[in-house]
Amino acid sequence: MTDTQNNGEGIMSKPLYERIGGEPAVNAAVDIFYRKVLSDDRINRFFDNVDMEKQAAKQKSFLTMAFGGPHNYTGEDMRKGHAHLLKMGLDDSHFDAVVENLGATLEELNVPQELITEVVAICETTRNDVLGR
Amino acid sequence: MYKLTIEENTYSCQPDETVLDALLRENVNISYACKKGTCHSCMVRSPDILPPQAAQAGLKNTLKKHNHFLACLCHPEQDMVIKLPDQSEFYTQGTVVANEMLNRNTLLLIIAFKDAFEFNAGQFVNLQRPDGLTRSYSIANTPQESNTLEFHIRRLANGRFSEWLHDELKVGDTVAVSEPRGHCFYLPERSDQGILLVGTGTGLAPLAGILTDALAHGHSGPIYLFHGSREVEDLYRIDEMRQLSRQHENFHYVPCVSGHHVPEGFGHGRVNEVALSSLTDLKGWRVFLCGHPEMVNQMKKMTFLKGAASADIYADAFLASPS
Ligand code: HEM
Repeated sequence: MTDTQNNGEGIMSKPLYERIGGEPAVNAAVDIFYRKVLSDDRINRFFDNVDMEKQAAKQKSFLTMAFGGPHNYTGEDMRKGHAHLLKMGLDDSHFDAVVENLGATLEELNVPQELITEVVAICETTRNDVLGR
Repeated sequence: MYKLTIEENTYSCQPDETVLDALLRENVNISYACKKGTCHSCMVRSPDILPPQAAQAGLKNTLKKHNHFLACLCHPEQDMVIKLPDQSEFYTQGTVVANEMLNRNTLLLIIAFKDAFEFNAGQFVNLQRPDGLTRSYSIANTPQESNTLEFHIRRLANGRFSEWLHDELKVGDTVAVSEPRGHCFYLPERSDQGILLVGTGTGLAPLAGILTDALAHGHSGPIYLFHGSREVEDLYRIDEMRQLSRQHENFHYVPCVSGHHVPEGFGHGRVNEVALSSLTDLKGWRVFLCGHPEMVNQMKKMTFLKGAASADIYADAFLASPS
């Protein structure tokens, strides 16, 4: 046995993206998550001018990334991608709201709490880039 | 190793390459972004054979039906002909067999073809004037009705193309018509699903085609059509639609007028608002939207928030220009 897949706690385990269910999990979550975001008055103004259809694809990119899946975004991409939102006043409270909606989505899909904690931790690693700091 | 053919050119796809990898290596100008099936930028079409299933993951059913696939997810299983989205189109000559007014500013144009014209009700084509000027119009009939295409054309103030169609084109004239496009059409599946059709002005055209198609396939779920404009004089086909709703128990027709004068039997207000207040829960519904771009965008969002799945909401992109 190799230890290449040890997650640091000494337990053999697959990457988060696989444990959470991969692309099917992203597909299951995307509508629920985006519906929550659009219904959330704390943050929906940031999404007013984005086309629903294109947005669905971007939400999938977001979820794939948050689930630790394969993506090509760099920290710099995250900065550029959200820079126009900073001008609209994007701050920590909005970031927290997005993460909260994501957590609620996963709870609704009965994803175990330990996995949700991992997802939230991945989101946290992007906070400074998303908020342009 | 398989051959990829685009128009006159042939490229080879190495065993470990995706179609996108191969085309990029060959310097073919193809748009792409994420390279992992999420962004859909590299969507292309296979006109003659079914693409590998894996290359269609995540696409709308109507796109799958027409062999669209994602180049970045496609490992060919045989030689393939590939159509890029912006590739020059093939035009067929048709002959005008009817042009008459549907109301004070909307022309009914019927174009006939020698051979069967293959399309799905709700798709659109480009019509081309002899000088090359081109505009997109939705098809209003279904393929079952002989080799003709029907269009509803609103006269636009200073609209060069619509004025030409209204004022100059006569029965017997020929018009160049492109291949059908668009993924806003009915697929005969889940026949007990609710269907919501919302359109303004000539947005009725594709919706009428979709409606006829759904009824012809024996769709058994409720079908609601909301057709709106400011004044009653800008609606059309009111009597035909009412007739249809008497013939089909599951079909409900609500013409809407947003101006001041609202005759009896008409919904009052903007068509989107009337529709949303009539149907409060759209979970599991299929939605087709056509017409004023603001209405379409607002309704995409609202029907989604009311429960329709994003994959079940159909609207065609070209309608960005008011028709
Ligand atoms: C939790 C951390 C976040 C991550 C990992 C993330 C990730 C992403 C990704 C991958 C995209 C797609 C970029 C593209 O392909 O164009 C995106 C777009 C977007 N994000 Fe975020 N995001 C985060 C937080 C936020 C927050 C807090 C907001 C606002 C409340 C936000 C609003 C947007 C908007 C509006 C877009 C679309 C921009 C456009 O299409 O114009 N994001 N995000």
